[in-house]
Amino acid sequence: MKTVKVSVVTPDGPVYDAEVEMISTKAQSGELGILPGHVPMVAPLQIGAVRLKNNGQTEYLAVNGGFLEIRPDVVTILAQSAERAESIDVARAKDAKVRAEKRLQDQQDSVDAKRAELALKRAVNRISIAENNF
Amino acid sequence: MASLRDIKSRINSTKKTSQITKAMQMVSASKWSRAESNAKAFVPYMEKIQEVVSSIASGSTDASHPMLATRPVKKTGYLVITSDRGLAGAYNSSVLRNVFQTIKKRHKSEDEYAVIAIGRVGRDFFVSRKMNVELEIVGVSDQPSFTDISELAKSAVGLFSQGTYDELYMYYNHYVSAIQQDVTEKKLLPLTDIATSGKLTSYEFEPSAEDILKVLLPQYAESLIYGALLDGKASEHAARMTAMKNASDNAADLIDSLSLVYNRARQAAITQEITEIVGGVAALE
Repeated sequence: MKTVKVSVVTPDGPVYDAEVEMISTKAQSGELGILPGHVPMVAPLQIGAVRLKNNGQTEYLAVNGGFLEIRPDVVTILAQSAERAESIDVARAKDAKVRAEKRLQDQQDSVDAKRAELALKRAVNRISIAENNF
Repeated sequence: MASLRDIKSRINSTKKTSQITKAMQMVSASKWSRAESNAKAFVPYMEKIQEVVSSIASGSTDASHPMLATRPVKKTGYLVITSDRGLAGAYNSSVLRNVFQTIKKRHKSEDEYAVIAIGRVGRDFFVSRKMNVELEIVGVSDQPSFTDISELAKSAVGLFSQGTYDELYMYYNHYVSAIQQDVTEKKLLPLTDIATSGKLTSYEFEPSAEDILKVLLPQYAESLIYGALLDGKASEHAARMTAMKNASDNAADLIDSLSLVYNRARQAAITQEITEIVGGVAALE
């Protein structure tokens, strides 16, 4: 099968770099699947999972925002943070989830509430990817 | 001439100081190599984001964004990156002198500028001079992660969007090599000088170029700040390493010359004693 090179880059360094058969992810305009030979495109991403399929196996990455750039030869995901499923610290993510939920209840202030909501989304995303249930 | 005991105690205290400076030099050397590799790890991200930003900003002329537009300047922001601790040679003082003189030259009144201070030394400098410090962050770790400063970077970009200031400059030590760090002034906002690379791809935009710029440009500006911080950290450790090496070398020189003085003084004392004994014996005969 044809493959396309994927690199996931964050400010703290590259996270993923390999050839895959298919990438599916959540862009801000909706779910997005990319096969080799896709038209060049740029799209902002939501907090969510990136699924990378190769040889019948699927790898999961937790991606926090950022955007996706598709070129004929390479697909680049530029995110503020990205983690492979196996390197996610579940206990920490659960702590963050509890913290964010508490703050969301306490805060009526719009800015803090929004921030807490984002933190909650990130935590839930990481937990669901680490535990592999969608 | 100083007494033997005085010289001895000076030699001892210099030795102790040099032990400390040697230890600090070694600590800085290890931190420096990590800071340098952090700065290197950041390069691919920066290059990528720059590539995409420039191809979008130059490819679609109809896409406009407040962060790309130049406004009449009523107030200028200065983001200054310094360290939390001293003993790093001219690292902090050269940046602070540069910023201070620029502000004094460009602005007549307090209302025309705002300072964003990263690092305790810079914060204390501006606060003690009663200058307008808008935002501050101290206690940034030696190996900062993006999340450590994303809050500050977001607020700095936010203040520009709200119109608190109309342009933002960044001052930091650019890391050239272990013995050279240059004070750098960089115009951060508005984003006017986005370098266009040779190869441009024409993209489809999902949903639209404007929506993408909304996500992309703040992220770009924040990463520029983070990049400068990593650059500054590498410079800081390199500067401290060099400063501590100089201090250790100076201490070694001082110990050498003091030992010479000490030995001379001891010899003089012995010679005097012999002369006195010989004189005494001669007087008895």
